[in-house]
Amino acid sequence: MLVALKIFAPEEGWIAALLYAVPYAVIGYDVVFKAARNIAHGQVFDENFLMMIATVGAFATGEYIEAAAVMLFYQVGELFQSVAVGKSRRSISALMDIRPDHANIEVDGVLTEADPEDVAVGDEIIIKPGERIPLDGVVLEGEGTVDTSALTGESLPRTVRPGDDVVSGCINQTGLLKVQVTKPFGESTVARILELVENSASKKAHAENFITRFARVYTPAVCFAALALAVIPPIFAGGWLTWLHRALIFLVISCPCALVISVPLSFFGGIGGASREGILVKGGSYLEVLSRSGTVVFDKTGTLTKGVFNVTAVHPQEIPEARLLELAAYAESYSTHPIAKSILDALNEEPDRSCIASYEELSGRGVKAVIDGDEVCVGNDKLMEEIGVKWHPCHHAGTTVHAAVNGRYAGHIVISDELKETSREAVSALKAQGVGKTVMLTGDSRAVGEDTAKRLGMDEVHTELLPADKVEKVEELLSSKAAGSALVFVGDGINDAPVLSRADIGIAMGAMGSDAAIEAADIVLMDDDPAKVALAIRISRKTLRIVRENIIFALGVKAAVLILGALGFASMWAAVFADVGVSVIAILNAMRCLRAAK
Amino acid sequence: MKKTFKLDELDCANCGAKMETAIKKIDGVKDCSVSFMTQKLTLEADDDKFDGILAQAVKICRKIEPDCEIVIK
Repeated sequence: MLVALKIFAPEEGWIAALLYAVPYAVIGYDVVFKAARNIAHGQVFDENFLMMIATVGAFATGEYIEAAAVMLFYQVGELFQSVAVGKSRRSISALMDIRPDHANIEVDGVLTEADPEDVAVGDEIIIKPGERIPLDGVVLEGEGTVDTSALTGESLPRTVRPGDDVVSGCINQTGLLKVQVTKPFGESTVARILELVENSASKKAHAENFITRFARVYTPAVCFAALALAVIPPIFAGGWLTWLHRALIFLVISCPCALVISVPLSFFGGIGGASREGILVKGGSYLEVLSRSGTVVFDKTGTLTKGVFNVTAVHPQEIPEARLLELAAYAESYSTHPIAKSILDALNEEPDRSCIASYEELSGRGVKAVIDGDEVCVGNDKLMEEIGVKWHPCHHAGTTVHAAVNGRYAGHIVISDELKETSREAVSALKAQGVGKTVMLTGDSRAVGEDTAKRLGMDEVHTELLPADKVEKVEELLSSKAAGSALVFVGDGINDAPVLSRADIGIAMGAMGSDAAIEAADIVLMDDDPAKVALAIRISRKTLRIVRENIIFALGVKAAVLILGALGFASMWAAVFADVGVSVIAILNAMRCLRAAK
Repeated sequence: MKKTFKLDELDCANCGAKMETAIKKIDGVKDCSVSFMTQKLTLEADDDKFDGILAQAVKICRKIEPDCEIVIK
């Protein structure tokens, strides 16, 4: 219609104005309507109002074609913008679509679908192949592989058998599972994750708040500049119409939407992308702080190491190796200490307790037992000193357990905590990201701690710390770090909730476990892979880079068009581009945050 | 008390920001956040005044963006 008008209609005069008013009204009636309604509500400086003034102004200055076309361009841009926002919103929520819609329960031999919220603890549910596990529970019957990727980002499926725990939100790929529910839906893993992610939008980053504040000043400022431009130069130089037209360009650019949309969208995308990798970030502000991390402090046990003790060396003296292990295992067979458990595991058979005549636990030292008539003492160096046995230390790092038979030294067994496969990689990845300092805190002995730190390539290690000492150490590190950089503490959430909340960013891992840790941490890792820390930092940096790009791009284009417009080089077309065009580009750029992990 | 409400038809990011600022100014509001992305309003306010504050927030919302509605469950 516009094209036809351009060909047939007269260029000027009231007939032209009338003819162009028709398409203008068709295209832009809702803008005009909203503008009028919002003014009635006392909302000036609203984008509809600004567009209306600009286009009506263009009519008034005789630029009929421009007025109608600019309105068209604006409406198309708005449409693109809402499509882009809608699409990104959907793709982010698709990532978080782990909410189970039903649970199968057996009632009188018939399977019925129930709302997961109505299932009680202790109920038995059936999970068919291909279904999402609706509630946390223990497998009673059946065997299958479970896809945990929606929660942990881990692509390798996990095999579950009767007795294994299953976590809600995962997908059962093969096999029929009968599961006994252990937690109500409200406390299940899936409900907690959803709550955490949904709340993340309310913790806004500084950049977001800055943009909101900026927008409040920006629009009125540009409008007054437009007014000044329309009035002041013509007083001295004349040419009212020209300057009025330039002022109208200002009005079109004055909407801050590109910024107001793209900045939160970037953070939201970054949080969504991270959650796909099993990294739950509690808010945009934490991504912002994380991107500045300069010091990363790790707890040792359970974070860098598996937290499972294993026999790593058996050094017998005067008796065969197998016999030493056997004696130690028999002596420890009534003990519940983790060390005793690991020795028993190493023996690999159930000890025949009938040959144990007497058993005595010596707190803090070890055990004393009579096995087949021999007195066997198993314990630390203090115990050996106490019974007057000459012992010698071991060159292996770890906890050394000595054994003596009838007062003669029989050798020792070394028990140590295994490093996680990805720990070394985690530390070197942090270095590669430019994290200046990596620190390890541990309650273990100095020898064990320093050995572990050396093998991992950590910069600093503090050993023999009680949980309270850890808070103190973190305080110390906080006061000594460079200004502007952030301190990240990574722990498994057991006993370290105070440290998690004290650090600039607290990262809790293996979050399926501790509620206190989820509460105290700012970022939660769904699995217990320390390499995810570096990944989280990378995602945060990429997100922040995209935020900065968008701010600079949007402001840059707007400033350029404002200046060119004031000088008479930019048309109203350029102004519409600087408004909606920039918004669309910024939204598309923000969507890259979703793939920040790649 | 802290409650989250869904916002229907919030299609202008700047309006969301304006609502947030305006609602924060209501007497008794501890914190308020409007998320354009999740289309949600989080309101934290004194327990005893909560209903009154919510009614005011609904009014503000209607004034700033008449198309947008706070869904009260």
